[in-house]
Amino acid sequence: MARRVTRTRKWAVTIVAWVIGILIFFPILWTILTSFKTEGEAVAMPPSLLFFDWTLENYREVQQRSNYFMHFLNSVTISLGSTAIGLVIAIPAAWAMAFQPTKRTKDLLMWMLSTKMMPAVGVLVPIYLIFRDTGLLDSRLGLTIILTLIDLPIIIWMLYTYFKEIPGEILEAARMDGATLVAEIVHVLTPMAIPGIASTLLLNVILAWNEAFWTLNLTAAQAAPLTAFIASYSSPEGLFYAKLSAASTMAIAPILILGWFSQKQLVRGLTFGAVK
Amino acid sequence: MGSITLRQVNKKFGEVAVIPSIDLEVEEGEFVVFVGPSGCGKSTLLRLIAGLEDVTSGAVLIDGKDATRLPPAKRKLSMVFQSYALYPHMSVRANIAFPLKMAGMPKAEIDAKVADAAETLNLTDYLDRKPRQLSGGQRQRVAIGRAIVRQPSAFLFDEPLSNLDASLRVQMRLEIAELHQQLGATMIYVTHDQVEAMTMADKIVVLNKGRVEQVGSPLELYRAPANLFVAGFIGSPRMNFIRGQAAAAYGAATIGVRPEHIQISTEGGIWQGTVGVTEHLGSDTFLHIHTEDLGTLTVRAGGYVDFGPGDTISLTPDPGRIHRFDSDGRAIR
Repeated sequence: MARRVTRTRKWAVTIVAWVIGILIFFPILWTILTSFKTEGEAVAMPPSLLFFDWTLENYREVQQRSNYFMHFLNSVTISLGSTAIGLVIAIPAAWAMAFQPTKRTKDLLMWMLSTKMMPAVGVLVPIYLIFRDTGLLDSRLGLTIILTLIDLPIIIWMLYTYFKEIPGEILEAARMDGATLVAEIVHVLTPMAIPGIASTLLLNVILAWNEAFWTLNLTAAQAAPLTAFIASYSSPEGLFYAKLSAASTMAIAPILILGWFSQKQLVRGLTFGAVK
Repeated sequence: MGSITLRQVNKKFGEVAVIPSIDLEVEEGEFVVFVGPSGCGKSTLLRLIAGLEDVTSGAVLIDGKDATRLPPAKRKLSMVFQSYALYPHMSVRANIAFPLKMAGMPKAEIDAKVADAAETLNLTDYLDRKPRQLSGGQRQRVAIGRAIVRQPSAFLFDEPLSNLDASLRVQMRLEIAELHQQLGATMIYVTHDQVEAMTMADKIVVLNKGRVEQVGSPLELYRAPANLFVAGFIGSPRMNFIRGQAAAAYGAATIGVRPEHIQISTEGGIWQGTVGVTEHLGSDTFLHIHTEDLGTLTVRAGGYVDFGPGDTISLTPDPGRIHRFDSDGRAIR
């Protein structure tokens, strides 16, 4: 028997969903609102939600004090670069694991995932030293490499679950039709996996864009992305909430917009395989 | 072009020998059907010929040349899969053209060949559609189109009709048989359906547990099955097997009589029984007759029979069509 959905129940669920949604979104909303306040209003108790003197002063000052565009470019380079290199490595890797599995494939996948379970700080010193000795500190190349490496397990796992959904017979048909391994991946597998690859790409761009541990620890000025730009406003001489909020808003705006336009793709990617 | 030879082909998955050792000749232009119950290794055997699985030992020869280590792409064989395995993101045209594109053929030539194949298979009006916009039968035709365009040495069919409904299956069966006549190409066809095997094959290979039980023309297998397995597998309804005293009377451990080779009468037959379930097919009636000593026997009678459940009935097997088997299940000739 189907579960009865009463009107009250429907209302209750809707309200709960809205409350949770607002709770999750509230910090972002609060940051954006604070960015339009003066420093005084930003720390005022009780805080005012909407009725304050709206000002663009913080944005002006942030623009003057730092080079937003340089940080933005660094973020774009690092997140797109690490995602692109990651996909080039992950597509063949996921292909191999999904379609030519061996007895150890499952173990290998678990092992890769296990690297994500280790706290990043555990390997900070060795990686820092390697970066120092190879001259990769504070370089876009260095950050691209490290972000590729830390996100690779996630990319491979996502693509692997996508590829698992593709019937092996179709790839076998391509082989019978005379396709070489490369032709099989380029003409058959990749086009069929486009939705999966697209959501993997989007998710990884977002992860890389927001990554703060490595970007803060391995950069100083030259390669610093937007995460470092935000951090530079939580200064030792006191907190400037309004300016910090303005910097944060500017840093998350591009990825928020990207996320908004691609939400359908993202949701599909994150829930893929959950319901069959 | 198109002979295939298997020499002591053996396939193991881990420790399990799916195919212990098979020798087989497929002549040029022959329509060979591999038939057997599920899990008998028939699909594995086809995949070994295709190169989609590697043989553990032994050799696969195509047109007399050793192809054992060749990848599938180099074997010049075409395969039609049970699931059709069409490329969902490509149009029907691109699907059929794919093997030619992979062969690096010039575009004009590809277009001409695709048009030809589409014409043969009545697909001309559907060339710009995607596979998901086609019915099951049309999809199967696209799969066949993709197989025929590049004129392979041989065609491999892996249970191509089992996803279709009954009437379409009969129609496609005919179309594949016609295609074989038209192209004269070697075809190897895997099925678990003995009716498909009987109606289409020049030569049937009956497989059981990875072993070849018998190779022969459909009528050879029907008339002279080599053992109990083949006798029971080929023919529908199944052959009746009788053991014990009644079999000993014919000098055999087991005797087999096909349902169509038993005469029924009200009295005077060799065996007596009571009519149980009767199945009316219109043209035929299958009577299930319970006997005291022989178990239940199936008899195929005409469309009009005067017997009903509970009636006592006399049975007379056609003496020239009684199959005798020894205690190991082998036919006694």
